[in-house]
Amino acid sequence: MATDIAMPQLGESVTEGTITKWLKEPGDSVSKYEPLCEVATDKVNAEVPATVSGKVTEIVTEEGKTVAVGEVICRVEEEGKEKDKAAAPAEKAQTDQKVTKPDVPKDSMKRRYSPAVLRLAQEHDIDLEQVEGTGKGGRITRKDLLKLIESGEMVPVQEKASPISETKAEPASVAQPNEQKTAIQREEGDEEVPLTNVRKTIAQRMVQSKHEAPHAWTMIQADVTGLVKLRNKHKDAFKKREGISLTYMPFFIKAVVDSLKEFPYLNSAWGVDRIILKKRINISIAVATEDALYVPVIHDADEKSVLGLAKAIHHLAEKTRSGTLTMDDLSGGTFTVNNTGSFGSIASQPIINHPQAAILSMESIVKQPVIKDEMIAVRDLVNLCLSLDHRILDGLMAGRFLQQVKKRLEAYSPDTPF
Amino acid sequence: MAVISYIDAVTQALREEMQRDERVFVLGEDVGVRGGVFRATDGLIDTFGPERVLDTPLTESAIAGVSIGASVYGKRPVAEMQFADFILPAVNQIISEAAKMRYRSNNAWNCPLVIRAPYGGGVHGALYHSQSVEKIFTGVPGLKIVMPSTPYDVKGLLKSSIRDEDPVLFFEHKRCYRLIKGEVPEEDYTVPIGKAEVKREGTDVTVISYGLTLHFAQKAAEELEKEGISVHILDLRTLVPLDKEAILEAVAKTGKGLIIHEDNVTGGFGGEISAVIAEEAFFELDAPVRRLCGPDVPSMPYSPSLEKEFMLNPEKVTNAIRDLAEF
Repeated sequence: MATDIAMPQLGESVTEGTITKWLKEPGDSVSKYEPLCEVATDKVNAEVPATVSGKVTEIVTEEGKTVAVGEVICRVEEEGKEKDKAAAPAEKAQTDQKVTKPDVPKDSMKRRYSPAVLRLAQEHDIDLEQVEGTGKGGRITRKDLLKLIESGEMVPVQEKASPISETKAEPASVAQPNEQKTAIQREEGDEEVPLTNVRKTIAQRMVQSKHEAPHAWTMIQADVTGLVKLRNKHKDAFKKREGISLTYMPFFIKAVVDSLKEFPYLNSAWGVDRIILKKRINISIAVATEDALYVPVIHDADEKSVLGLAKAIHHLAEKTRSGTLTMDDLSGGTFTVNNTGSFGSIASQPIINHPQAAILSMESIVKQPVIKDEMIAVRDLVNLCLSLDHRILDGLMAGRFLQQVKKRLEAYSPDTPF
Repeated sequence: MAVISYIDAVTQALREEMQRDERVFVLGEDVGVRGGVFRATDGLIDTFGPERVLDTPLTESAIAGVSIGASVYGKRPVAEMQFADFILPAVNQIISEAAKMRYRSNNAWNCPLVIRAPYGGGVHGALYHSQSVEKIFTGVPGLKIVMPSTPYDVKGLLKSSIRDEDPVLFFEHKRCYRLIKGEVPEEDYTVPIGKAEVKREGTDVTVISYGLTLHFAQKAAEELEKEGISVHILDLRTLVPLDKEAILEAVAKTGKGLIIHEDNVTGGFGGEISAVIAEEAFFELDAPVRRLCGPDVPSMPYSPSLEKEFMLNPEKVTNAIRDLAEF
């Protein structure tokens, strides 16, 4: 390939020149530095020298034409050079110019919001978690939001926070929690356990509840000596008759359900701009397996006797352990009772089962010396711990509710029919 | 409309203003018989004579000092610094006298003078013929600083500068002199000082620039349009007084601001623009404000390859805009 001869820079501020006369024609030989043509510019008249020795192959710019500095005016075939030599440096220069872009991990910028993006999201009630970003590292750009706003397909913030989500399935089917990389340093011998879907769901729901609902906590103590005696009196016959163990759980649930009837705000949900008082009383009960915690639901618990509750609990526990819970079993809870006493706890601060208003845990029943009728007596005491959504409930109502539960539990005696 | 070069627009404006107002005169090194080293005052001495086209000694402090005195006396001097680099001996006169005259005399006196100075690189001018000096003056209240990028603006703004009642520094990018051509009306017109102009409407990145780099941005915008990147371009035209409103409006169009100038980055005027944006358009921002400027090295290298490295060009501008668009 021939060497391009360009219009040279013939002085400061000179940007173009006019070819006044060609001194060589195609086919003529030239030696390096020999004049090829005469050029006139705004400031000077000059000759353009050949930059290589060889043969002129082509005149690109005719006499009288004006061309910019750097533009090709003719071509010279270099002596003894391979035809394609000239192409190589040009190509190399091009690859050198390519900007090497640093690898930006996908989604690394997903939650980095610019002032403009945050402002638009607020003004238009857009849930940024639901928006796909087209910027570097998955960043949501201002343009992404403007397009979304224009299209009218927005994901409003309220929809996500509204109690409608209550009808969604509980553990198994909620959106994936944050998959951000951990900052924890790993040391030799540490083991990494990948998250199961259930674990991810638990994590997400716990975070959501703690994040959304301001938790308040309160605890009272109930004297259940009478209930303990009642159970001891009946448990063997009950087991024989019904085929299942008689636990304290149905008695507690019964006391809770009856008290919920008096205090409907405990059986409610937060609806952003309103409180929704639930008509049905569906008690979620926490059932632990080796690796997870499920909260199946006793629907319409207020329609059941202690026996009916005992059977329902047994049934749900069985299903949980055998992994045969249905979506129905997991849906619709309005209040949660948690039997933390079953593993020896004497006090706990449960996390509310979103979007319910409160959760009650019953702790271990422990024999303790107490003052009764001015005498020291040995009594069976139990702590009842309540976490409540302080948006919905204040301490007064929660306290009154607990007093009713306590009263009901303490009313049992060995002779109470159930 | 006639298409003329950037430098011809300078000459036309001078000639027309000298014809319009006989108080106007030009002075500087070689502006008379030689017609200026860049030919900006070509032919003026023939029309207006040596009393209105003064060849001065090689003493920039005197050129500025004489202009200040003449302007206070009621004349309209248009001084030429042969190269902006040579303005430094005149800085004392300009900053301590011209800029402060109206203020210190409680409005009794003023300095209606213009100092023209060719600045900028890319013409193989090396150390003493390539500097951008605007940052020396932008922080000095009392001076107006005009930096046009097109022949139309050169002519209109130079006329406004000559008619202005206060000192104006009129910086002409010497690489633009013969490179940039454009339509200029035959009839008398002016372009107001202190008004920026939107050169191109866009939605992805806002480029704020002036002078030669403005043209690089326009070229880059054409390239990037093929890639689907839409560039909004604002030509400041005047640095002082600054058209803040136009800047804020332009940034609001895209949420992304890129400031481009040839003057080196540290202390350059881009920092001031960036501060204005950060202070007054924070909630419009979708990306950090960025600057693409000359490097922080003492001066323009003589070596052609190093000069190329120093100078901005359409390719560097294209890459910077693309990078910001992708953010």
